[in-house]
Amino acid sequence: MTSLYDEVQAAPGEGVPTRRVTIKVNGDDRTVDVEPRLLLAHLLRQGLKLTGTHTGCDTSNCGACTILFDGRPIKSCTMLAVQADGHSLETVEGLASASELHPIQEGFKEEHGLHCGFCTPGMMLAAKALLDKNDNPTEDEVRWALSGNLCRCTGYQNIVKSVLWAAEKMRAEAK
Amino acid sequence: MALDEIKIGGLGASRRRVEDNRFIRGKGNYVDDIVLPGMLHMELLRSPVAHARIKSIDVSKAYEIPGVRLVLTGEMMAARNLAWMPTLSYDTQAVLATDKVRFQGQEVAAVIADDPYIAKDACQAIVVEYEQLPVIVNPFQAMEAGSEVIRDDKENQPGNKVFDWEIGDKAATDKAFAEADVISKMELHYPRSHPSPMETCGSIADFNRATGKLTVYMTSQAPHIVRAAVAMVAELPEHMIRIVSPDLGGGFGNKVPIYPGYVVSILASILTERPVKWIEDKTGNLISTGFGRDVYLQGEMALRKDGKMLGMRMKTISDHGAFYADAQPSKFKIGLMHSAFAAYDLPAAHLESVGYYTNKAPGGVAYRCSFRVTEAMFFQERMVHAAANDLGMDQAEFRRINLVKDDMFPYRTAFGFLTDSGQYGKCLDIGMKAIGYDTYKAEQAEARSRGKLLGIGISTMTEPLGAGNSREYDILGIKMFDSAELRVHMTGKAILRTGAMNQGQGHQTTWAQIVAHELGIPADDVTVEEGDTDTAPFGMGTYASRSTPVAGAAVAMVARKIRAKARKIAAHLLEVSEEDIEWELGRFYVRSNKERGVTIQDCALAAYSNMPDGMEPGLENNAYYDPPNLTWPFAAYFVKVEVDAETGVWDVLKVVAVDDCGVRINPMVVEGQIMGGLTEAYAMASMQYQTYDEEGNCIGSNYMDYLLPTAWETPGFELHEVVTPCPHHPIGAKGVGECATVAGPAAFVNAVVDALGHLGVRNIDMPMMPNRVYEALTTGKDISGMPPVKMGD
Repeated sequence: MTSLYDEVQAAPGEGVPTRRVTIKVNGDDRTVDVEPRLLLAHLLRQGLKLTGTHTGCDTSNCGACTILFDGRPIKSCTMLAVQADGHSLETVEGLASASELHPIQEGFKEEHGLHCGFCTPGMMLAAKALLDKNDNPTEDEVRWALSGNLCRCTGYQNIVKSVLWAAEKMRAEAK
Repeated sequence: MALDEIKIGGLGASRRRVEDNRFIRGKGNYVDDIVLPGMLHMELLRSPVAHARIKSIDVSKAYEIPGVRLVLTGEMMAARNLAWMPTLSYDTQAVLATDKVRFQGQEVAAVIADDPYIAKDACQAIVVEYEQLPVIVNPFQAMEAGSEVIRDDKENQPGNKVFDWEIGDKAATDKAFAEADVISKMELHYPRSHPSPMETCGSIADFNRATGKLTVYMTSQAPHIVRAAVAMVAELPEHMIRIVSPDLGGGFGNKVPIYPGYVVSILASILTERPVKWIEDKTGNLISTGFGRDVYLQGEMALRKDGKMLGMRMKTISDHGAFYADAQPSKFKIGLMHSAFAAYDLPAAHLESVGYYTNKAPGGVAYRCSFRVTEAMFFQERMVHAAANDLGMDQAEFRRINLVKDDMFPYRTAFGFLTDSGQYGKCLDIGMKAIGYDTYKAEQAEARSRGKLLGIGISTMTEPLGAGNSREYDILGIKMFDSAELRVHMTGKAILRTGAMNQGQGHQTTWAQIVAHELGIPADDVTVEEGDTDTAPFGMGTYASRSTPVAGAAVAMVARKIRAKARKIAAHLLEVSEEDIEWELGRFYVRSNKERGVTIQDCALAAYSNMPDGMEPGLENNAYYDPPNLTWPFAAYFVKVEVDAETGVWDVLKVVAVDDCGVRINPMVVEGQIMGGLTEAYAMASMQYQTYDEEGNCIGSNYMDYLLPTAWETPGFELHEVVTPCPHHPIGAKGVGECATVAGPAAFVNAVVDALGHLGVRNIDMPMMPNRVYEALTTGKDISGMPPVKMGD
């Protein structure tokens, strides 16, 4: 069990309301006590130590905090942790298996789809949401699917190529 | 057998990046990912108003909130002589405001609490009473007689002027104008823009009372400069300060300066004896940290009627915000603005620059640019565009006549720089062919007859990179060199550390490639570390595209020192004299018998196990590289647009980039840098800027107002390559991180202005939002973007 409060205080202070939340994160059930106002991104990062989900802009614009919520991409910086109660989440830490990278991860490395890496987890999860529905997207479909995620380094062209690379590999593996 | 350089990941290999392995797994280590035991959290209270006297600050309600440990105000900072700090341009900047607030978002107080949510709550509970003062949002208001003096804290500061500065030959320029057939003029505003890396600034200060050591994990592009500054400002001994820059989520110049948040977190840790984490929110980053540009540029060009440039008069009026905090070499007051027109054979030039304080955030950082070079090259290419039109000459032809020819190098520019190499005409040719320049005029005329507005914009430039040489370039007196330290372990593996600081450029990957090139040690066998001042050699950090020109050169030089020692060991192992030894990649051999040889790995092992008598054991060294001159990459960018005459919306039809950045260490990474730069150019040309209303409210304080292009808007890019090695760089590289951001914007603006050229429009200030373009095409008038903001913008 964990809560918003990390090493400083083992338990929330007196008078601070908490709610018990049970979520499935990358396949594991986690039960946590949280303040009702705690943002989902902060629960993932501070409470569950899944720091691959980044907070960029606080206003749902940049998408660095994108995770999959029951398979749909959402911005976890503007969702409350309590809203995730009973739902299934996937973060970047859940993409690779112990021995193998996900084709999207391979694609980003192969096609140089990242520079500083800050937007990358969100980009990859937005891409996964697309490819899970459509494993043969056009360039325009990829660009549209990623249009909720900002990158300041790459200029997107290689990110798009990365996703198309992954799509091709996923189609080949599905055969 | 010599090794295959590409196979070992040497020079020219598009080696896949080492750092990706952690980033694609979500295992990067950014400052906000670091958690220390017992860590407290800090939040800053910022001023909601742009200019006001602080009448009182009441923090008592903040202390009533459970979990609040400390509230710091300017008064408490002043008691420790920390209310003000020096800037990188020999000015002072308030850490926490004591007397006045001078821009919206200025730091007023800080709360340190058990949790960031509590700290935010407590900031809201602080009551500050402000007495508002008149607000100045552009330099023209600042220079008016009788305008409110913003920096009344400074003695001998009668008005709002920061500096007057000039360079060039005024008499020769006057003479050129006297002889001119045509004089062409240009006037524009390069709007304020924020580098806005995805990750904001932040720090974790950890002062250990028991050891007396201060460790600061922070978002800095230049950790050694920070260490020096902290030693001088906080009067802590330098060996007791350790600055660690972990993974940076982008920088683009924004993470060069030292910000109040860092300083306050350090004091908070000293006072609480606990680690204190400060993570800026996006609004805090956008409204208070280092911006770029915000310069009014005016000029005129003297021309002969056959198209020859004769002379250039240039004037800049720059807006520095409330504190002169430009990050730039100290000798130059407006950065390297005088690099303008360096690509052109221009006989005479003169620049006058004047800077002003305003009630806006301080900064003036080199936003993906080598110290104001972006403004210089933007103005240059807008001026060149207007001059060609005034002469009735073709844009490409006018450039071809005036660009420095291949056989004119080394070339002394009108402002005194020495450029060394390039094939400017060849780059122009490649770009013209790729964009379809030959058929374009007919295409444009045909499109116009159908009511469609087509335009092509060209931008060509050479950019001064790699500051410095230490004769001319220093920051706060620290000379601008860089460093590398290489240790080869006994099994031939190695660790390299440099004084640069990666923030996405891929140093971990590319520095190892230079070692592979010089020593034949496979790049995969070389670990690269940067950013920890306790382990990395002293360096000036990464900005101004200086890593490859300076630190990259240091890597090559240290590897050569290692090779020189290995050669002695090889001679010992092969039992011949050193003079009889030859080198091929990865191996020494006996000149008379190529079969007899030893590998660099054999030499490494011998350095620890079988060294010659009298030789110092080990195989490690360091190199401090002071470049003999700047490096001068060249770029030619071509943009084709179509403007919708009904709405002013413009679409990019094609972007062609021809870059000559010298020898490419990793072509994949180089192309990544160019595409990233082009996107920031497109961003500034189309949507990305900060402006202010007349009360000094920042418009562009979050990503709902500060527009950045997504994958959907951003055009595709076609890249071309020309390689002219830099004659003085050890591996012939010139640097590339910023060329496209520097020269790209003018290509977009020139394209839109070209599309509207028949209507008499000479200039539309960036960003060319549809309302501005629509106004230009319906009125035929130039469009100014000077703040305060107009309705509709």
